[in-house]
Amino acid sequence: MRAARGPVLAAAFLFAAGAAPAAEVPLPERRSGYDFMGPQTRGMQDDDMANPGMLSVLDGAAAWERKTGAAGKACADCHRDARQSMKGVAARYPRFDEATGRPIDLEGRIARCRTERQQAPPLARESRELVALAVYVAHQSRGLPVEDMVEKDARLRPFLEAGRSQFERRQGQLDLSCAQCHNDNWGKSLAGNPVPQGHPTGYPIYRLEWQSVGSLQRRLRNCLIGMRAESYEFGAPEYVDLTLYLMWRARGMKIETPGVRP
Amino acid sequence: MTAQALIHVPKKAKRGEVIEIRTMISHVMETGFRRSQSGEPIPRNIIANFACTYNGVEIFRAELFPAMTANPFLIFRTVAVESGTLAFKWTGDNGFAAEQSVKIEVG
Ligand code: HEC
Ligand code: HEC
Repeated sequence: MRAARGPVLAAAFLFAAGAAPAAEVPLPERRSGYDFMGPQTRGMQDDDMANPGMLSVLDGAAAWERKTGAAGKACADCHRDARQSMKGVAARYPRFDEATGRPIDLEGRIARCRTERQQAPPLARESRELVALAVYVAHQSRGLPVEDMVEKDARLRPFLEAGRSQFERRQGQLDLSCAQCHNDNWGKSLAGNPVPQGHPTGYPIYRLEWQSVGSLQRRLRNCLIGMRAESYEFGAPEYVDLTLYLMWRARGMKIETPGVRP
Repeated sequence: MTAQALIHVPKKAKRGEVIEIRTMISHVMETGFRRSQSGEPIPRNIIANFACTYNGVEIFRAELFPAMTANPFLIFRTVAVESGTLAFKWTGDNGFAAEQSVKIEVG
């Protein structure tokens, strides 16, 4: 359960070497990682009483109501009932951020409210509280389709292209690209595990291997390490561009948060 | 943060009916066998005991060990005998203690 995945991924080389340049998965053929899971894991995600991600939703709901920081304010003091104010929000991230002139992801946006609006010490990426808040906010969009943010805001276009080129570029000691697995070889088996298409619709997820919830960036880091490629600091612009591309690639698909994944 | 728990008990049941109770609590269940990235042993931190009482009478108890997953999920059954309260208690390492209770109506 807790073992590293590295050596397993080396097997990928066998099917990926020499593959032709990747074509994107046609829109009607897109499938969530959920569809590739076994019936037990799907059952776990479907049942809110058995989905361990729901514990993180409860944690996030408690944090939403908690006053903190020099401003002495809770998220709820400004945003009121998350079920209304946060509905659909996760389906519209990453968004263009005026302050930095580049896209910001949902965790980044929450972290900013924490430091600027609550005037509280920053929450580390992947900290239990930030992930719980992100799970709670994203859960309010469960069942809603991912929006095409690039169509709505052309300023995102260059960052989408940066994310796309990261996805298609061969990298790491195994000389693999994300696209070789997730566009060209999805549905095939990698050391007994099905290769999904790599959609970000369930995030943050509860991952059985992690025995905890974790963000999309943590998942991306796992794939980069599996490719023996360089991974980035959590929160790095490279991850946000990649997230923007993955969300665009998943436009129209439904948010599942909290997803459960093996 | 306080430990969150998900508890499923039917709100209503018929007298004599067998009911299913499901509980899940957030806990890391650190085994005590792992080491940190710098090689230090990570101390054991688990829930060691769980008990459920029905109107004060213990109806289910479990002892948990390091092989149990994070967020222990327990399913058990009992016979609905009378209206009242099902109380759940988890205890473990580092003084961990959590309690919750749920009402049931038996007719
Ligand atoms: C060698 C094949 C391989 C490569 C290369 C690879 N991945 Fe993955 N990826 C996987 C597998 C296998 C899983 C599912 C793992 C599991 O479920 O345990 C996965 C999971 C994912 C998921 C989660 C999907 C879900 O449903 O939760 C995303 C997103 C993802 N990959 C993105 C990427 C990105 C971005 C890259 C490039 C930086 C990449 N992957 C490179 C094999 C690969
Ligand atoms: C003092 C008031 C205040 C507090 C406290 C606050 N926020 Fe905000 N938040 C705002 C305002 C104002 C905006 C819109 C800012 C903007 O668009 O620049 C915002 C925007 C957001 C957004 C983006 C919404 C969207 O549609 O893009 C999210 C998500 C969010 N906040 C989450 C949180 C969370 C989670 C907390 C608690 C950790 C929190 N906020 C605390 C005032 C607050």
